[in-house]
Amino acid sequence: MTTDVLSTATQPVPLPPELTEDAVPPRRPRWSRVFGHMRKSKLAIPGGAIVLVFIILAILAPWIAPHDPYRNDLMMMLQPPSWTHPFGTDELGRDILSRVLYGGQLSILEGLFSVGLAMSVGVPVGMISGYVGGRTDTVIMRLIDIMLAFPGVLLAIVIVSILGPSLVNAMIAVAVYTIPIFARLARGSTLSVKEEPYIEACRAAGMGHFRILAKHIFPNIANTLWVMAALRVALAILTASSLSFLGLGAQAPSPEWGAMLANGRNYMLIAPHVVIFPGAAIVLLVLGINLFQDGLRLALDPKMAER
Amino acid sequence: MATFFARRLLQVIPVIIGVSIAVFLMLHLIPGDPARLVAGMDATAADLENVRRALGLDQPLPIQYFNFVARAIFGDFGESFRTGRAVLDEIGFRYWNTMLLGCAAIVFGTVLGVLTGIITAVYRDSWIDSSVLAVSLLGISIPPFFLGILLMLVFSVWLGWLPLTGMESWRHVILPAATLGIPNAAIISRITRSSLVEVLNQDYVRTARAKGLSELVVIGRHAVRNGMIPVVTVAGLQMGYLLGGAVVTETVFAWPGIGRLIVQSISARDFPVVQASVLLLALTFVIINLVTDLLYRLLDPRIKLK
Repeated sequence: MTTDVLSTATQPVPLPPELTEDAVPPRRPRWSRVFGHMRKSKLAIPGGAIVLVFIILAILAPWIAPHDPYRNDLMMMLQPPSWTHPFGTDELGRDILSRVLYGGQLSILEGLFSVGLAMSVGVPVGMISGYVGGRTDTVIMRLIDIMLAFPGVLLAIVIVSILGPSLVNAMIAVAVYTIPIFARLARGSTLSVKEEPYIEACRAAGMGHFRILAKHIFPNIANTLWVMAALRVALAILTASSLSFLGLGAQAPSPEWGAMLANGRNYMLIAPHVVIFPGAAIVLLVLGINLFQDGLRLALDPKMAER
Repeated sequence: MATFFARRLLQVIPVIIGVSIAVFLMLHLIPGDPARLVAGMDATAADLENVRRALGLDQPLPIQYFNFVARAIFGDFGESFRTGRAVLDEIGFRYWNTMLLGCAAIVFGTVLGVLTGIITAVYRDSWIDSSVLAVSLLGISIPPFFLGILLMLVFSVWLGWLPLTGMESWRHVILPAATLGIPNAAIISRITRSSLVEVLNQDYVRTARAKGLSELVVIGRHAVRNGMIPVVTVAGLQMGYLLGGAVVTETVFAWPGIGRLIVQSISARDFPVVQASVLLLALTFVIINLVTDLLYRLLDPRIKLK
């Protein structure tokens, strides 16, 4: 029986005309299929739209900001919103709308840079840990457990206290604190894929371990990772701006939203707009990402979405 | 059960050792000489040598670590660079203040979360469900410092119902506990809802309905009890994250807790206090996770004891 199958399989079988290459119906591009699935979530499209608007505003900030975000004007201190200053001015007379627009660049950078860095370390480590198994796996997972033993943002705070406060160090700290999450997820997904017949087939075909990991395991676990990445971008923005708020991230003249709130807090009794506009900007951006993430989950990770 | 308990305890030991090594190394990872940090910038070479000897910094790292642990076990974390008082005296009462805030927040978050979770599960796919979903999405999207400031503006400044900062009376606890508890309530509410929806589709719930029990008894006695098991785990894990979140909330509300102490000590480069506080919080977190895990197994005997 098996010999039959093998012998016919090695024969070049002429394809029926409808299955030759030209006749294959054009497959919808991948992004189009993902978008189609995403529309199942009512919230993903408005969420994505919010994120897109923030990205466009952040890129265009130098052209559309009505004022210089760093220029002090002590005659115009703590002015309430008006036509010349739609979001009012802060304690040094700087235009809050311009600062919020420039701050968008920093927040988007915080989210993308921290999560990108965390993934580029955590994913390979987790995949290797799951793929190799044995003692390597045990040692790596123990290290991950230790990183996870620091509650919440505390690990990020410890790292900033070692590196010294600055926006770049805060982003590195958020990345380090996010690494164990990606390492765990990548390890778990690798474990579940590793025993699949197609991986065994790769190994039987004599493929190298690196190639199997990069070309065959990674594409199969990538969807889960992207869904987590979207969630973590939202959390990274919250954490990095919290560090800035605590004085451990972006420093004084920087229009980082968390730092703006930290300064504005002292004036909130007489000029609440100083805290409300940058605060609302963070909420709206993070909410947009969270909504978008919900749709991404439905589109990329249907198994997870059933729960 | 006993073997599981013992194994789980054994698993915690390497984590605790690892955390203590990480906290110990903190002082050595900071750029610059730790002795100069203690002695000050204008110290002479002889002063530095004295400080190095006094703190044992002239000994090899493993011995320094061993001494650090030996002293830490007896509660000796050295003296604060800033105040010169014993570190444990600086931390002690602040730790309990943080625990008080954390417990108030977990009670607030769990009560609010479970209640809204039950309501949304019972009236699922109604307008109540979607509005609670919208509010809980806002709850997880708002940074804690902004939530705290907003609550202060509304309840202290505009309405004048609650005090702004400090911790003189029980009324001072409400706003910080709400700030910490609201994001928590959002998560617990979603978990309660999905767990309860699953339970409501079970046969025994249908049986309870079929034998003519009132809806209140069906939900209150049969569904909620079984639906609460995942909620306990999540609430326990959230308690740990509250300890981290406390750093921001305590700073906003000038709450004299350990989180605010950490931030102040970092700015003052008072590292013995940072080390001891971080170690204490991490140990608390490990213990809470352990207890949650054990509680979970006790509550649900169906879970396989691996």
